Amino acid sequence: MVNSGRKIRILVAKPGLDGHDRGARVIARAYRDAGFEVVYTGLHQTPEQIVAAALQEDVDLIGLSVLSGAHMYLFKRVLELLKANKADDVMVIGGGIIPEEDIPKLKKLGIKEIFLPGTSLDNIVGWVRDNVSPRC
Amino acid sequence: MDNCPPGIGCKVKGLIMFTEKTLQEVEEGKKGWEKEVGKARRQKAEKGKRFSTVSDLEIKEIYTPEDIKDLDFAKDIGYPGIFPFTRGCQPTMYRGREWTFRMFAGMGSAEDTNKRWHHLLKEGETGLSTAFDFPTLMGYDSDSPRARGECGRCGVAIDTLRDFEILTHRIPLDSVTTSMTINPPASVLWAMYLVIAEKAGISWDKIGGTIQNDMLKEFIAQKTFMLPPEPSIRLISDTIEFGTQHVPLWNPISISGYHIREAGSTAIQELAFTLADGIAYVQDVMERKKMDVDSFAPRLSFFFNSHLDFFEEIAKFRAARRMWAEIMRYRFKAKNPRSWWMRFHTQTAGCSLTAQQPYNNIVRTTTEALAAVMGGTQSLHTNALDETLALPSEFAATIALRTQQILADEIGVTNTIDPLAGSYFVESLTKLMEEKAWEYINKIDEMGGMLAAIDKGFPQMEIADAAYHYQRQIDKGEKVVVGVNKYVIEEKVPPEILKIDEAVEEKQMARLQKVKKERDNHKVIQILSDLRAASKTDKNLMPYVIEAVREYTTEQEICDVWRDVFGEYRDPGFY
Repeated sequence: MVNSGRKIRILVAKPGLDGHDRGARVIARAYRDAGFEVVYTGLHQTPEQIVAAALQEDVDLIGLSVLSGAHMYLFKRVLELLKANKADDVMVIGGGIIPEEDIPKLKKLGIKEIFLPGTSLDNIVGWVRDNVSPRC
Repeated sequence: MDNCPPGIGCKVKGLIMFTEKTLQEVEEGKKGWEKEVGKARRQKAEKGKRFSTVSDLEIKEIYTPEDIKDLDFAKDIGYPGIFPFTRGCQPTMYRGREWTFRMFAGMGSAEDTNKRWHHLLKEGETGLSTAFDFPTLMGYDSDSPRARGECGRCGVAIDTLRDFEILTHRIPLDSVTTSMTINPPASVLWAMYLVIAEKAGISWDKIGGTIQNDMLKEFIAQKTFMLPPEPSIRLISDTIEFGTQHVPLWNPISISGYHIREAGSTAIQELAFTLADGIAYVQDVMERKKMDVDSFAPRLSFFFNSHLDFFEEIAKFRAARRMWAEIMRYRFKAKNPRSWWMRFHTQTAGCSLTAQQPYNNIVRTTTEALAAVMGGTQSLHTNALDETLALPSEFAATIALRTQQILADEIGVTNTIDPLAGSYFVESLTKLMEEKAWEYINKIDEMGGMLAAIDKGFPQMEIADAAYHYQRQIDKGEKVVVGVNKYVIEEKVPPEILKIDEAVEEKQMARLQKVKKERDNHKVIQILSDLRAASKTDKNLMPYVIEAVREYTTEQEICDVWRDVFGEYRDPGFY
């Protein structure tokens, strides 16, 4: 990994109609406090809006949060759109209310990691430090 | 006494609880105990440890008459059913009638949810409560591109009156009350309920229930919003006016702290922001509709969270009733004692449950439910053990209902009213929460009221700070969550969870297509055009919405008119 000198840039995003934003906002703060550059989309974003924001902000990582049960559709759609925009080098992780059995399916689609309720902020921040570096 | 300003309280003494002599003797006795403490401290390492509630409110090691010496029995405690209602809003409380066992339920199709409702009623539930899916909550039909992947996932999908007919099939609307957790499109779902009752030959003065219809807490916490604050409040005042005139047993609003707490607030913030929201609604109805406060205030209802910290919650409930009574009596000059009382529903804290060792959630829910009962709730939902994993399975929902039934029938807490009254600790904590909540309300008043405070992001950021602080405390182990940061085990088999059939979405869209084809579309177009015209005036919109749903106009068709006329609210994305 080459350190380009710039900070890791992360887009924290809430796709779909789900209004549960406590987790997303707490994680956005934790990323910020850890020294990453954070963009938070706010609620009720379509996958199209999320991918557009990711490209515009030139992020290295997208963190998706869904607690409504619509993750299979929404996560997949974000990955498809990244690919269509030749931006599939942007890593995508997810969190929320996600049944265990969906995790391997999501990883197969290309989601790098899923964080479930009860995960500590330090673990999530640590994962980003270990796995993400600024894209040059 | 009627001239006492709220938040400052009356200086008039009614019934003081301890004489000076008693207090002196208590003080002397305390010195003896403090000596013992000194000895014990040298032996034990209690030093440095902080004792605080879930909301991080510091708690003293012991409470005595000294802590409640300024309380006045008549003014601060009194009797249930009588001002200031600290001890409960009904004179007989649970000896007269148990709280309503009201389980929040909704998933998949209207058929699936109707089946769950009948199951819960058969098992002894005494009130219904509807969970809608996200498209319904946000004013979108199941065939909207915004709804892809969401149909029936988080609750039941309702597009038209047809779905509602199926949802309420063989439900006795004249004997069971129904609560609907619905906010921006509250008037649309309420109109469906009214038309269903009408079709069944039940007059509107016979039906009872609640629509949540509280948009301020949506902007603050739950975040299902559609229109900007001003028109959102106007729609709410329309429903309050309509209910007062035509549906006298209905609660047209449920002013909710639940979601504020779930978003991570402290108990005091939940209390303060909920009451500040209530103040804003009362003010709006009085100003916009020129209605007398006593004409509508008796039907205002509330909804609180019951979190893990047992005494903090009980104190919160007792403080809430006392504060609301003072606000209504002194701030708004209500004369009818029914305007002073605060009736509330309670739900145990979803955010306190863990995905790890989920069976432990039964214990958490039980203590939270017990706090709600000790705090005098009128109605209660108990969360199912599997709610951090999925919507509740029938098995888990039944255990949650049984939890309430055990509290009501087996453990003796309903024998006497407000059993913790007079406790040095509980009374002192009740007073403390009241004082701290008043500080917030005064601050919000200074900002120009809750709408102005929301515009500044004040309650949103206070909650975000508290949520982050709490998460950090858990991460550092300062707050224990069993199974998460203490007593962690390797787990193998998660409980069997409810799955929503993917076919629900297709079936729902097919039904919607069929309804749109079969209804009188000329009529629908005319009604929507009338609604649009009326929306641009001060007219009450409820009659237009009722006409619309009767002709099977879809929820989104109605909401699109409003989005067009009033514009849409976008999340400012504070964090």
